[in-house]
Amino acid sequence: MWWKPVHRSERIWFTIAFIWCMILFAMMPLWHLRGGQNPSGTRARVEPSAYVARVQQFVRDYGTGATDGGIPVVAPPAGADIYLLGAQFQWTPVLQLEQGAEYTLHLSSLDVNHGFNLFPFNVNFQVVPGYDYGLRVIPTEAGSYSILCNEFCGIGHHLMVGRVIVNPVGTASAPEASPAAAGGGQ
Amino acid sequence: MNAADSAFRVCPTTGLKVHKDADALIKANAVVATVALLVGGIAAILVLLTRWQAVHLLSDVMFYRWLTIHGMNMLIFFILFFEMAVLYFASAVLLNCRVAGPKFAWAAFVLMVAGAGLVEWTTFTGRADVLFTSYVPLRAHPAFYLGVILFAVGAIIVTTIFFSTLVIAKRERTYTGSVPLVTFGAITAAIIAAITLLHGAAIYIPTFLWSVGVMNVDPQIYRLVWWGLGHSSQQINVAAMVSIWYLLGALTAGAVVLNEKISRTAFVLYILFISMASAHHLLVDPGFGPSWKIVNTSYFMYMAVLASMLHGFTVPAGIEMGMRLRGFTEGIFGWLRRAPWGDPGFSALCLSVVVFGFVGGITGVTFGTEQINIIAHNTLRIPGHFHATVVSGTAMAFMGITYYVIPLIFRKKVAFYGMARWQPYVFAIGMLIFSLSMTFVGTFGVPRRHYDISFAGAPFGVEFSPATDLMMGLMAIGGLIAALGGGMYILITVWSVFFGAPLGADCTDKALRGSVPPGVYARPFMELPKTEVELKEHGRLGVAPGTMVLVFVFLVAFVVYYFANWKLLSDTWQIG
Ligand code: HEM
Ligand SMILES: [Cu+2]
Ligand SMILES: [Cu+2]
Repeated sequence: MWWKPVHRSERIWFTIAFIWCMILFAMMPLWHLRGGQNPSGTRARVEPSAYVARVQQFVRDYGTGATDGGIPVVAPPAGADIYLLGAQFQWTPVLQLEQGAEYTLHLSSLDVNHGFNLFPFNVNFQVVPGYDYGLRVIPTEAGSYSILCNEFCGIGHHLMVGRVIVNPVGTASAPEASPAAAGGGQ
Repeated sequence: MNAADSAFRVCPTTGLKVHKDADALIKANAVVATVALLVGGIAAILVLLTRWQAVHLLSDVMFYRWLTIHGMNMLIFFILFFEMAVLYFASAVLLNCRVAGPKFAWAAFVLMVAGAGLVEWTTFTGRADVLFTSYVPLRAHPAFYLGVILFAVGAIIVTTIFFSTLVIAKRERTYTGSVPLVTFGAITAAIIAAITLLHGAAIYIPTFLWSVGVMNVDPQIYRLVWWGLGHSSQQINVAAMVSIWYLLGALTAGAVVLNEKISRTAFVLYILFISMASAHHLLVDPGFGPSWKIVNTSYFMYMAVLASMLHGFTVPAGIEMGMRLRGFTEGIFGWLRRAPWGDPGFSALCLSVVVFGFVGGITGVTFGTEQINIIAHNTLRIPGHFHATVVSGTAMAFMGITYYVIPLIFRKKVAFYGMARWQPYVFAIGMLIFSLSMTFVGTFGVPRRHYDISFAGAPFGVEFSPATDLMMGLMAIGGLIAALGGGMYILITVWSVFFGAPLGADCTDKALRGSVPPGVYARPFMELPKTEVELKEHGRLGVAPGTMVLVFVFLVAFVVYYFANWKLLSDTWQIG
């Protein structure tokens, strides 16, 4: 049995499957060169307390108020480093961004793993305590978006929702971008 | 060599002597596996009826608790106890050999049961609401981690016994030639198991120490090493499943192995490239750079995917050629039409191959692509994917082989045999609806492991599209059908084993027809015609034209789904 020659049909399928696997492989480096969505970013270790301090500084620098629920609202200028903190069970702060501008979005956690899910775009990243994930983002469409937590982080996991508001180009402070609107709803 | 030839004689008078310890060990492990399946199945229904927002059965605490119970009992206890039985079967039974160190084997069994018991106790009493991944620094009672460690130590002992049994069989010459392909596959599974369990020790021992306050565990390192356990263990499942595919093919349709070289090489590829696969759980994690992610997720350039694509060809091609050799040569698909679809072993095999390949395989490779993972990570697309692999693939194959294990090992008739003929279809169709709708609804960003996507009480409102509700409803219906199929399986197996009619000494067609799968008694069907039958080449399609057509349909589906996902990805925000 061992020494029988390989059937031709097996050889054909082997060759095709091999080529397909190479294509699968090549797509990843190719997308780094040509594609607009890559999970590379900048990656660094950070003490949770140090990260919280950065978020607080960020809120002091660009804060515009707070939602009804007391979550700070921040409107950073284009090109800024923006800091988002996941903590059981809240995303801080609410972000107001400008359509088409580039930001570096930092993600980290105070306590356990959380998950960043930008709704409804379905963009997902893992948020790990002790690590600062810095992702360059360009919001391509204006609107009001939610951040869902997509990693189980404790019994309040399903209540963990944040807010990102993207203003259309040239409207630094559209009405929908007011803190009250950001905190609207419940 | 045809696996069926060496292994299966059902008559106690003419058959292989199955070593008494092997017999009892297989039975014990199979029984515990079924208990775990029952517990996990009850949990599945409760969790399912909670995710179905229209019913929303459990409270939040109970939802996460039952989800933990479901994950542990299904993925860890059901699958691994069953695999322990497979290891004893592939070594002692297939090689006609005694079990090495039966005392150790029983000690291992006791350890595993004790470990599982600790885990059940902590989860059921709310001391471990951490889900089966138990990501540090979520904290469970130390006994939870201890339970996992005991369970893993038991499993390590069983793999050691497996290898020792192989050595004994070789030394005592209980078989001739090289080991059968099925045993070769089991060796693959056992080697991967050894790698896996070492990862398990490397992560659960520190985590246990952390839980009693002795040391620190970094959350990112935890995820890395944990998935060295969590993913490689999936590869044990794949290797065990593929071995069972070959076995069932031989038993039910007289399948031949096209070329042992290719099939064995494909198993070796699993061993070589699997331990890297942990990476595809970490594609959007902050701890690792792009080159590490690319090299490791692609299982080093997708060599393990290649292996699966090879098995996905050789298994159906082997069936096709087996059928053709027995005279079912008409047209391209005549062999498929005339195949024994009423044999639950055969239908389970085919459904397992098809759903595993078309749904599980395609989604898995696509979601495991570095960038595409951005639009899949931790959404319902992920459980959608793995219910098509480990459930519709592995669990389905396990169910199929059970219908042969009952008569061949337990020496009982299959109870409710008429129901058994339907069971694989019910389970597979339910699972197909369930996993397809989960995969679909996940593209809208619905998170996995989530109690309430109506977000009642959350600081901001979130509205999913109405299509989501519809798909979640379908998912619930599919899940319930699958649960029904699972229930049928449990009823049949438990009834057969504990209250079933014994097989008796009469092993003729007449005595057995309608109470066990035909592969058990229809020996003449298994026998190849005496004279060498020339296999006809069908033009460009070769010796297995039907299979060739099928794998090309598969390839087209793969290519379309893969590139559709790149398109989907390119529509989101720019991120880098
Ligand atoms: C009757 C069949 C089954 C049904 C209806 C079912 C249903 C479900 C549901 C609804 C979830 C929760 C998805 C989520 O919210 O994230 C889930 C998760 C899961 N299931 Fe199943 N399941 C079934 C069988 C199985 C089997 C046989 C296995 C393993 C062999 C399995 C392994 C898992 C795992 C590992 C999870 C993930 C748990 C987690 O995220 O922590 N399931 N299942
Ligand atoms: Cu969270
Ligand atoms: Cu969460």
